[in-house]
Amino acid sequence: MKLELRGITKRFGSLTANDHIDLVVRPGEIHALLGENGAGKSTLMNVLYGLYQADEGEILLDEKAQHFAGPGDAMAAGIGMVHQHFMLIPVFTVAENVMLGNEQTKAGGRLDLAAARARVREISARFGFDLDPDALVDDLPVGVQQRVEIIKALSRDAKVLVFDEPTAVLTPQETDELMVIMGQLRDAGTSIVFITHKLREVREIADRITIIRLGRVVGEAAPTASNAELASLMVGRSVELTVHKELAKPGDEALVVRDLSVIDALGQLVVNNVSFEVRRGEVLAIAGVQGNGQTELSEAIIGLQEKVLGSITLDGQSLVGMSVSRVLEAGVGFVPEDRNHDGLVGEFTIAENLMLDRSNTAPFVKRGTLQLAYLNQFAEEKTREFDVRSQGIQTPVGRLSGGNQQKVVLARELSRDLRLFVAAQPTRGIDVGSIEFVHKRIVETRDAGVPVIVVSTELDEVTALADRIAVMYRGSIVGIVPGNTSRDVLGLMMAGEVPDVITTVRADQIEGALL
Amino acid sequence: MSSQLSGPGSTAGATDLAGDGNLAGAGNLAGAGNLAVEVSDPATVSSATQHDRPDSSNGLARTIVKSWKAPIAFGIFTLIALVLFIVLGRDGISTFQLSNSNDLIQLPVVETPTRLAGVITTILLAAITVLAWLRVRANRRVPLWLTSIFGVLFLFGFLAWAAAGQTLPVPGLLVGTVSLSVPLIFGAMGGVISERVGVVNVAIEGQLLAGAFASAVVATITGSPYVGLIAAMVAGMLVSFVLAAFAIKYFVDQVIVGVVLNVLVVGLTNFLYSQVLSKNAELLNTPPRFDRIAIPVLSEIPIIGPTLFRQTIVVYLMYIAVAAVYFGLFHTKWGLRVRAVGEHPQAADTVGINVNSTRFRNVLLAGAITGFGGAYFTLVSVPSFNREMTAGLGYIALAAVIFGQWDPIRATLAALLFGFASNLQNVLGIIGSPVPSEFMLMLPYVLTIFAVAGLVGRSRGPAASGRPYIKS
Repeated sequence: MKLELRGITKRFGSLTANDHIDLVVRPGEIHALLGENGAGKSTLMNVLYGLYQADEGEILLDEKAQHFAGPGDAMAAGIGMVHQHFMLIPVFTVAENVMLGNEQTKAGGRLDLAAARARVREISARFGFDLDPDALVDDLPVGVQQRVEIIKALSRDAKVLVFDEPTAVLTPQETDELMVIMGQLRDAGTSIVFITHKLREVREIADRITIIRLGRVVGEAAPTASNAELASLMVGRSVELTVHKELAKPGDEALVVRDLSVIDALGQLVVNNVSFEVRRGEVLAIAGVQGNGQTELSEAIIGLQEKVLGSITLDGQSLVGMSVSRVLEAGVGFVPEDRNHDGLVGEFTIAENLMLDRSNTAPFVKRGTLQLAYLNQFAEEKTREFDVRSQGIQTPVGRLSGGNQQKVVLARELSRDLRLFVAAQPTRGIDVGSIEFVHKRIVETRDAGVPVIVVSTELDEVTALADRIAVMYRGSIVGIVPGNTSRDVLGLMMAGEVPDVITTVRADQIEGALL
Repeated sequence: MSSQLSGPGSTAGATDLAGDGNLAGAGNLAGAGNLAVEVSDPATVSSATQHDRPDSSNGLARTIVKSWKAPIAFGIFTLIALVLFIVLGRDGISTFQLSNSNDLIQLPVVETPTRLAGVITTILLAAITVLAWLRVRANRRVPLWLTSIFGVLFLFGFLAWAAAGQTLPVPGLLVGTVSLSVPLIFGAMGGVISERVGVVNVAIEGQLLAGAFASAVVATITGSPYVGLIAAMVAGMLVSFVLAAFAIKYFVDQVIVGVVLNVLVVGLTNFLYSQVLSKNAELLNTPPRFDRIAIPVLSEIPIIGPTLFRQTIVVYLMYIAVAAVYFGLFHTKWGLRVRAVGEHPQAADTVGINVNSTRFRNVLLAGAITGFGGAYFTLVSVPSFNREMTAGLGYIALAAVIFGQWDPIRATLAALLFGFASNLQNVLGIIGSPVPSEFMLMLPYVLTIFAVAGLVGRSRGPAASGRPYIKS
């Protein structure tokens, strides 16, 4: 089926998320939609899927104009979507999820689960999936959940399939398998729209590439285009794709973690007997697919976890059992993975957010009163130093872009005398310019002799920044390997496997580090 | 550049997985003895490979968190038993009467010596407590059946003690239990549907009261209790409509709307009662009652018959309602959609289910079912409407929903438990128990608190319950 979008425009208040976007997807091709975070890709696809109504423009399928009042209409017209955050009900089985919204019933109104199971089996057999229709979705690994999403779309005879950032949650091996599946779908005649910001994937699988920037189509490219060409189209200027850093000069061991376990409310060992150390002046990256205990590990170091066994010592001082404020006093800087939730108070101004962790001592507070003059001077200084772009230090942080918000967090955490710096997902959801900046500051912090831990699910970021890499899987550390370990090895380790031989690559072969 | 794996932290999670599974891209590692290996081009992999095992699931190792809650609770109750049944033990014979005089099949009367029963019960309770303590020490859980046996034993001991020298009518105790549970069960069914679809229904109390009021007035005017029943349903839906409109359409906090609605219905019915009903009681507040209908054969089964099958039509409707809600929720398209909307409304939306209209309709349905329960007050138990005659039962019904973990059958059992506690207090009052009646009045509520806080602990409701669905 041929899909055509003509002049799609979608506004949210004063923000124009999509500005007269034209897009043609031919039958049996994989059409990549490339753009930075916030470029308007997902908005466009939500318009296509009927979740949003376009303010202007029209959607044509095989030259016929369509009007989608909701996802039901879009599905009926043959559009399927594999969402970035899976639209599956965790407490339902695979078969129930696939049949939902499209249920077959037997006499007496009973659900025909047998038919749904057969449908799941039939479609999974077509693609060689091995999927139990009666498994609870909650119990399935993320990669398999994605296949359930694909089956869900196919069971409604989707002719156009949209993949919205499908690789964000996958291990490298799972990503490779998804690419194969997409190839199979294309060969079967399905038109595929593939939304991503990762250049590597686009060049690998796409037949044509449309690049979107700030809500507009800025160009088309062939998959033969180089990374640098694609990146500059996407960002609007030429981009440095690698992080420049000198070889680390590690000093003494500063942070020593021994036999650390974190137990959650259900009694699960979310961090399972983990030991490692970080030296002064080195970056230890903690890699792994989201949800393998990295979050809990970083929270345990900062003192946010309740049930912690084992020891964490920083320069000989034990951090276990200390309150968060004592840990901060001990010289730990922390960039939380969800800056809007844990890192900032959205309604507070930039200046107020910059002093959040120092609200009980001089020079910010004297005799119980805020030293506003000092705070303003401090904030002016820091926003300049960290290049926070805003209308002034009294702007509420919630109104800044993701990149500028992250710079505020970074400014706050790096403006203390640090003895350890922990950055969790430091560049998640921010623009390329800010990513460059954040990476530069992390390397500078390392070079100043501070031990640094970077928690990241982005393999590119890990390989770009790390001097050593610890890979986590199901709460345990699979192994700690050199920073230039090859992606294949890291990918295997992220799936819990310990390769026999660790292979490494030369630093100049690490490409696409920022995107 | 190549280095050996240094894995101080590699533990069970990694080791038990090594060795199995063939993954895409694994092949190019085989000859990886040389120092640098090119990143392979995954596009050359020609077919999708299967994982033999989950790749990135959260299958984490577990550790048992020792919970001493059960042994401690058992210990406390054993102590109470010791003090009550032995130290303050009473002499005499406790008689349990198992049949009514008009039953077809007469069961013999059970007589137990009170003090002996107390001693034996206390010893058994102590034994269970020790068993539970041993299990927890050995890192095992205290099973539910042990808790159940403990509860039944304690109850037996207590009844024997309270009925020393008296006769306790068991059929009366059970019949009353069902009677007092009827509004609770209807309320709980309304609660289950509403919460399953994602709207917290605190307004059960208001729906019950509105149902009671409407059915009394309409049944009196028309002279037909059946019309009254329909009126109760409509009144419950009206209260639900306000809840749904505010909670779903205007995103007002659902708990607040519910509480406000309850207060509103109390005020409204009080006003109408004092201004209108009490002045024209003959014309407006003397509804006809439903008669008890004995179901042939079934009603003659000893104990069960009189309890379940000599009831009014409202009770039989309740059986149907419980069965229908259970079947509907778990075996029909309607139920699948209701649960989907309450768990993950966005996912439901993306498969073409209209979330807010599904919620709206089912909150109305919940109100209609709860309204039936309200009719029970005025058309079955007391043949006239009184101020605030629901007396907080709506809140107990809500507790039953949570205690029953949002499952219609379990919520019904929970409601029956509360009904039993209420009726026990009545029966003991009649036979003259040594426990102060004020204390017995607290019993159902104490039981509610213990049940919800203690036994259930952290129960997981529908994930999106209480959260409005706002489409951007």
